[in-house]
Amino acid sequence: MWTAEYPLPAPMRAEILALAAQELHPRGASVAALRLVQARFGWVSTVHLREVADLLGISADDLDGVATYFNLLFRRPVGRHVIMLCDSVSCWIMGREPLCAHLCGKLDIRPGETTADNAITLLPTVCIGHCDHAPAMLIDDTLHGDVTTASLDQLIDTLRNTP
Amino acid sequence: MTPASERPLTAMIDPAAGPPDCAAYGRAGGWQATRLALGSLAPAEIIDMVTRSKLRGRGGAGFGTGQKWSFVPKEPASERRKYLIANADEMEPGTFKDRWLLEGNPLQLVEGMILAAYGVQAGHGIVFLRGEYQEACARLHRAIGEARQQGWLGENILGSGFSFDIHIHSSAGRYICGEETALLTALEGRRATPRSKPPFPQTGGLWGAPSVVNNVETLCNLPHIIANGPEWFTGLGLGDDGGTKIYGVSGRVTKPGAWELPIGTPLRQIIEDHAGGMRPGYQLRALLPGGASTAFIDATALDVAMDYGSVEKAGSRLGTGMAIILDDRTCPIGMIRNLEHFFAQESCGWCTPCRDGLPWVERLLDAIEDGTGRDEDMDQLDRHARMLGAPGRTFCAHAPGAMAPLASGLKLFAADFAAHIQQGRCPHQAGAGAGAGP
Ligand SMILES: Cc1cc2nc3c(=O)[nH]c(=O)nc-3n(C[C@H](O)[C@H](O)[C@H](O)COP(=O)(O)O)c2cc1C
Ligand code: SF4
Ligand code: FES
Repeated sequence: MWTAEYPLPAPMRAEILALAAQELHPRGASVAALRLVQARFGWVSTVHLREVADLLGISADDLDGVATYFNLLFRRPVGRHVIMLCDSVSCWIMGREPLCAHLCGKLDIRPGETTADNAITLLPTVCIGHCDHAPAMLIDDTLHGDVTTASLDQLIDTLRNTP
Repeated sequence: MTPASERPLTAMIDPAAGPPDCAAYGRAGGWQATRLALGSLAPAEIIDMVTRSKLRGRGGAGFGTGQKWSFVPKEPASERRKYLIANADEMEPGTFKDRWLLEGNPLQLVEGMILAAYGVQAGHGIVFLRGEYQEACARLHRAIGEARQQGWLGENILGSGFSFDIHIHSSAGRYICGEETALLTALEGRRATPRSKPPFPQTGGLWGAPSVVNNVETLCNLPHIIANGPEWFTGLGLGDDGGTKIYGVSGRVTKPGAWELPIGTPLRQIIEDHAGGMRPGYQLRALLPGGASTAFIDATALDVAMDYGSVEKAGSRLGTGMAIILDDRTCPIGMIRNLEHFFAQESCGWCTPCRDGLPWVERLLDAIEDGTGRDEDMDQLDRHARMLGAPGRTFCAHAPGAMAPLASGLKLFAADFAAHIQQGRCPHQAGAGAGAGP
C-alpha cells in the first residue's frame, strides 16, 4: 500500500519524468507533477515534495514555494471529499454566508477543517465561474449551483455514504 | 433572439447536443478560415485583417489585438521558437464567459489559436486553464486530440509548411496568474509573480521566447474575422468597436446569465431585456459593469453603451463585460469588504504597497461593517484608494484593480459609510440584506 509517508510508486515517477520531458525545462512541469501526486494521495506530503523536486532537478524549497502558492495544492491532508464553497462577490450577494454557517453547524467544523470521521474538508474558494447560479460550490470536481440549505443537506448525506 | 449569423461566437453552442466534433464543426462553417489562411493568406495579411477588424482584447485591458501582434518578431515559426498562449484563467469574480466558450465549442478556440499562431508565426500553443475548470479541460483535451488526428494540428498543417500544436496547462488556482506576465512565470514552474516590462512578452516571454497571450474570447473571434472579413466584423458592433461581446449579469436579477450581443449594447437593455430586470422586491442600486476590478456606476448611468470608450467615460471600465448588480437590500460596505477580501487574499505578495495595503483596507472595512469603525478610518481608506489606485505605485495592475470598486464606492456610498460609523452597526443587518439569501 502506497501512502504519503512512502516514496512515490515507480510508474508515477516515470509519469513525472515524462511530463518534465515535454517541457523546454523540466521545472515547467512543477504544477502538473504536484497535481498528479495530489490526485493520487489527496495532498502533497513533504516526502513526496522532495522526491518530485529531485525528479525535476530543483531544490525542495524552491518547489515548496510553488506548492504553497496555489490555492488548489494542499500541503496538509484533507478528508475523502473536499467541499469548496465560493466566497466571492456574486455568491456572497446571493447568500453564501448563511449557507456556510449552516454547513459548519452540520459538519461541526469551521472553514479550513476536516470532519472528525475524515469524510469532508470544507474550504472557501474564489469565484468558480458559476455566478449566474450563485451560490455555487464544488464538491470534489463537480460543480453545483443555486445551492440551498435543503439541497446542501441532501448532497452532504449522499457524500457521507460514498467512499 | 439575435439571428445566428449575428452571434458568431455562440451560434454553434448547444448545451443539449454537447460541443461539435471536427466534422460537425466543419459543416457549420468551421475550418473555412484555416483553409483560407493557410492556403492563400500571408501571416502579415492575417495581422492586417485583425487590425482592420478593430478587435480589442476581451481579457479586461482592451488592447488592440492586431497591434499587440505587430510587436512580435517576424521570423517564420520554423526558424524561431515562439508561443501563442490562450489565457483561460478566468478568475475575475463575477465572470463566467470563457467557461461558456470553452465548454460549448472548444474547437472554435483551437481554430482561433491556429489562426493567431499562423499570424505571428508561433509553433507552440498553450492553453493556460484554471484548475477548477475540469469539464472544460476534458472537452478541450478531446477537441485537441481529434483536431490533431484529423491533421488540423501537428506538422505541416494542410500541406502549408506551417506546424503548430497545442498543450493544456491546468493551473492550480491563483487570480494573479491571469495577469499575462505572472502567467508566463507560472508556466515556468515558479511562484507566479508578475514581471517587469520591458521586455514585453511579444519579444521576451515564456522561457525568453517571443510570446503572445490572448484571452479565450478574443481568440474565438478570429475564425469569424478571417472567414467573413474585417468589414463584416466591424459592422456587428453598434459603436466604435468591432464585433460582438459576451455580456453577463449576476446578482438579484430575474434571469442571471450570459448573452452574446453586439458590442456597444446599452447596459439597460442587457439588464432589463436579457436578465429580466430585478427580482420582485429589489431595486437596482449600483453595479460593477465588468467584473470585480471595475469601478461602481450607479442606477443613473444605465444608458451607457457597453463598449470600451463609453464605459470609461461613465467612470468605469468595460473589463470582462460581466456585470455584478448591487441591490437596495444588500449592504454596499459588505460588498466592498467581500471584494477587498478577495484582492487581499489574491495579492501575490511581491510588492509592499499591495501586500500590506490590501489587508489593511480589508481590516478597516471589517471594522466599519462590524460596527467598530471610526471617522479616521475613512481617511485611511481614502488614502489607500488614492495611493494604491494610481498606476505605477505597485508592480502590477492588481492593486489599482482592487482600488477601483473601493474608490468609487467611497464616493457613491458615503452616506452608508457614515451611517455605519455613527450607528456603530450595519444598518442592513437588521433586515433581509447582506447576503441573507435570495
Ligand atoms: C490581476 C489581473 C488578472 C487578470 N486575469 C485575467 C484572466 O483571468 N483572463 C484574461 O484573459 N486576462 C486576465 N488579465 C488580463 C491579462 O493580463 C491580459 O491583458 C490579457 O490576457 C490579454 O489578452 P487580450 O488582449 O486578448 O485581452 C488579468 C490582468 C490582471 C492585472
Ligand atoms: S501589485 Fe500586488 S499582485 Fe501585483 S506584483 Fe504587487 S503584490 Fe503582486
Ligand atoms: S462569485 Fe461565486 S461562482 Fe462567481
